[in-house]
Amino acid sequence: MSETTNIITYIFLFLSLNFEVFLLITYFENRLEIKKENFGLVPEIKKYLSVTIIVPCWNEEATVSKTVYSLLNLDYPKDKLKIMVVNDGSTDSTWQVVQKFKNHPQIVLHSKENGGKYTALNYGLSNLTTDLVGCLDADSYVHKDALKHIMIHFQNKEIMAVAPSIKLWQPKSILQLLQKVEYGFGIFTRKMFHYMQAIYITPGPFSIFKREVFEKLGGYKHAHNTEDIEIALRMQKNGYKIAHAHNAIVYTIPPRTVKKLLKQRVRWSHGFIKNASDYRDMFFNKKYGNVGMLILPMAAISVVSVIFVSTVSVITILQKLWSGYVRFQAIGWNIHWSGWNFDWFYINTQFIAIVGIVVALGTISMILMSKKMSEGKLDVGMDLIYYLALYMFIAPLWMGKAVYNALFKVKTSWR
Amino acid sequence: MENKTNWKKYIFSFVITAIIFATAIILSNYFANKKLDEIRNIQDKIAIDILSSETQFSLLEESSCKDVGVGTLSTELGGLEDKLSYTESQRGHNDPEVLTLKRYYSLLEIKDYLLMNKISDKCKKTPLSIIYFYSTDDTCNDCEKEGYVLTNLRETYPELRVYSFDYNIDLSAVKTLISINKVKDTLPAIVIKDKTYYGFQSIEDLEKAMPELAKIKAAEATTTIQK
Repeated sequence: MSETTNIITYIFLFLSLNFEVFLLITYFENRLEIKKENFGLVPEIKKYLSVTIIVPCWNEEATVSKTVYSLLNLDYPKDKLKIMVVNDGSTDSTWQVVQKFKNHPQIVLHSKENGGKYTALNYGLSNLTTDLVGCLDADSYVHKDALKHIMIHFQNKEIMAVAPSIKLWQPKSILQLLQKVEYGFGIFTRKMFHYMQAIYITPGPFSIFKREVFEKLGGYKHAHNTEDIEIALRMQKNGYKIAHAHNAIVYTIPPRTVKKLLKQRVRWSHGFIKNASDYRDMFFNKKYGNVGMLILPMAAISVVSVIFVSTVSVITILQKLWSGYVRFQAIGWNIHWSGWNFDWFYINTQFIAIVGIVVALGTISMILMSKKMSEGKLDVGMDLIYYLALYMFIAPLWMGKAVYNALFKVKTSWR
Repeated sequence: MENKTNWKKYIFSFVITAIIFATAIILSNYFANKKLDEIRNIQDKIAIDILSSETQFSLLEESSCKDVGVGTLSTELGGLEDKLSYTESQRGHNDPEVLTLKRYYSLLEIKDYLLMNKISDKCKKTPLSIIYFYSTDDTCNDCEKEGYVLTNLRETYPELRVYSFDYNIDLSAVKTLISINKVKDTLPAIVIKDKTYYGFQSIEDLEKAMPELAKIKAAEATTTIQK
């Protein structure tokens, strides 16, 4: 590696490590509170607020029923829960499929011309009569206790929105298991952001808002197809508090193919870059606390650092493979296995290797903590191995594409 | 939940990170010095070995070949070469420590080469040695490949002594060796029994240039069958 590459790598390593240390300190400061929440040692729900869950659907004939049934199955007073299905001009049989719910007392059905997810949500918001509102994409399902866990946080009057924990629905393939770790890690970081009052995404599936958020700040915006980032940033900018109920579980169906995963992630990363750019005045602005001083800048830096570090790693691996090929060309299979004795001399003890190991150990320990937090147990399975081995090669693909799209104004789409 | 920026935590995490970085710097320097010390120790040991063999050779000049066989030569040159090239790959070709160690190593190689020639002369045996000139810059495309071939050959035939020299090293003894053998700067270059071969030489090429290796192979095969 050249001197410049080394210096840039050192800077990224320092920033990553600093951020890891910050998160770990936050975790240890709040671990008792997390335990309390895990064991249900939280204030009783004194008042169940009325909630409307909007289910925006566009061509979701296969999954929409399951989504609605999961909402009906929620352990929440029936008279306080309303489900609003908004058909966003589906061209398949979604509208026919949902007709079976038309006489259900808790469900209302609406249909409108296609205009994109945010228009379906705004359509729902315009018909709102309850204290709280949330959305559940038609490819997601809720755990029956999710809303109760969320409601606990609304007992604090200052809380204006609560984000849930998102898990994958029955991950099986390598690609899905890899995402399982990533989602688990997301639960951990979101909880830490909760303690820092710095949540900058209220995920599409089942984030619940007080109605006044939309009354005062306006409805959803197109927001580069990531309205869940934009609304959270708008709330942060206006000093509205967002909490994270890590026990409130929402299941989502993971993309099955690399192509679909890439498309989804390019949309997310591109959405973050564009929204971060729209809200750039929050960066390094003391007025916005941790979200402005640390979380947003680090999220932006991570996009660049992931691309950079992964590119350098891929180049290094390719060089090693090339060396192996040259060696094979030179001597074929004539390798002297007996000559391979352990000698500490050949262990890489360079500064970059030592710091790299510390950063990796920090990441692994956070992943394990996130597993404990989201699954209630500490297990090291194949998912972790897939994640550690493959993520750094896949993530830069969507991040690179998202940066490219953002720079050259290429629009992203939902599907 | 907190509302404000946690400056204290910012400073605290920065200090912890700085401590981890400082510890990593100290540790890596410590290990780097340990590794350099190990190389220096091996070099000193080889220097003593050579000096001892030379002395032994002078003492027994009149005696038979049996007393000063090739076995008296240092066995650690190969291992040292591996460690030195690993260190070079880690610290870079232009690292002053690496350059110093390489100069010393080159001198040891030349001394070992001279001693081996003397012993071979005395024992009336053909010296089983290869002198290899390489370069670390981008001009020598086949040097990496040739390096693998020679390492493999050295592992296959422990009797074979491979002396590798950086063609561009700033050391007059190496320059003299280059001029004596009239080696041009078309690298890789290999000198076997006063004949210089340019360009990549495969294992087979080198075995052909040194028929003695085939004899060793045959002898080893016979021993194995007898066992």
